[in-house]
Amino acid sequence: MKPIIAAPLLVLLTTLALPAHADRYSVPKNAAFEEECASCHMAYPPQMLHADSWRAMMGDLSRHFGSDASIDEKRRVAIADFLVANSGGRKTGNTRDAQGRPLLRITETARFEKKHREISAATWKRASIKSPANCTACHTQAAAGDYDDRSIKIPK
Amino acid sequence: MRHLLVIAAAIFTVSAHAETPRDFLTRFEKEAGAAASAERGARFFTTKQGGEWSCASCHTDKPTQAGRHAKTDKAITPLAPAANAERFTDAAKVDKWFRRNCNDTLNRVCSAQEKADVMAWLLALR
Repeated sequence: MKPIIAAPLLVLLTTLALPAHADRYSVPKNAAFEEECASCHMAYPPQMLHADSWRAMMGDLSRHFGSDASIDEKRRVAIADFLVANSGGRKTGNTRDAQGRPLLRITETARFEKKHREISAATWKRASIKSPANCTACHTQAAAGDYDDRSIKIPK
Repeated sequence: MRHLLVIAAAIFTVSAHAETPRDFLTRFEKEAGAAASAERGARFFTTKQGGEWSCASCHTDKPTQAGRHAKTDKAITPLAPAANAERFTDAAKVDKWFRRNCNDTLNRVCSAQEKADVMAWLLALR
């Protein structure tokens, strides 16, 4: 292949491969993650939090945002490994809170805040939305990892 | 012949592990050492027991219908066996969910009697 063709092609392929600012997450299949985590809430893409955050969260499941989400030890370790292996690194923006502790809420990451700065407090409180953690309320294809603007439909 | 034995063993293994909702009622009554009361189970299920939520906060007070998680809004399939054949067929799952959900609604584990009463009520629902 001539360099003159190869160069733009390489740029194109590199752009396609870079997930840094993509609004689509390839959510890897993991049966234990689906069964244990997604029975109470949607399976949030592991890429949305830093590895340190997943480690901290999976270290204390008996007090998981006010609920007892404890699971057997073997599964806990397996799911923690899966989340860390697929975590988002620094792409999530800030990874720690003001006290230096790993952020546990996706909604507190800089990326989330930036992406949702136009959403008013009243909108978040709508009965059809309930909380910023309820991705699927507006991101109609969130379950498939698609957070693209085109698939957003904010309910009344 | 050997194949038949293998198949028979496989069927026996499966049936030995799969449980029915009634098995849990029997188990909890045995542990409690007393008969269950569906009426008591209904009251327990639908009223707050010290925590912020009752069982019904997520499962509704008519658990033959689907519920919604009180916090995340995620859909929850019906809990009553008459409406959902998958419920109460796996001891590990049953123990896990009683452990977690009792902790969330009572701030303690449920007694065998409480679990027996709830099972009796859920089994009576049509």
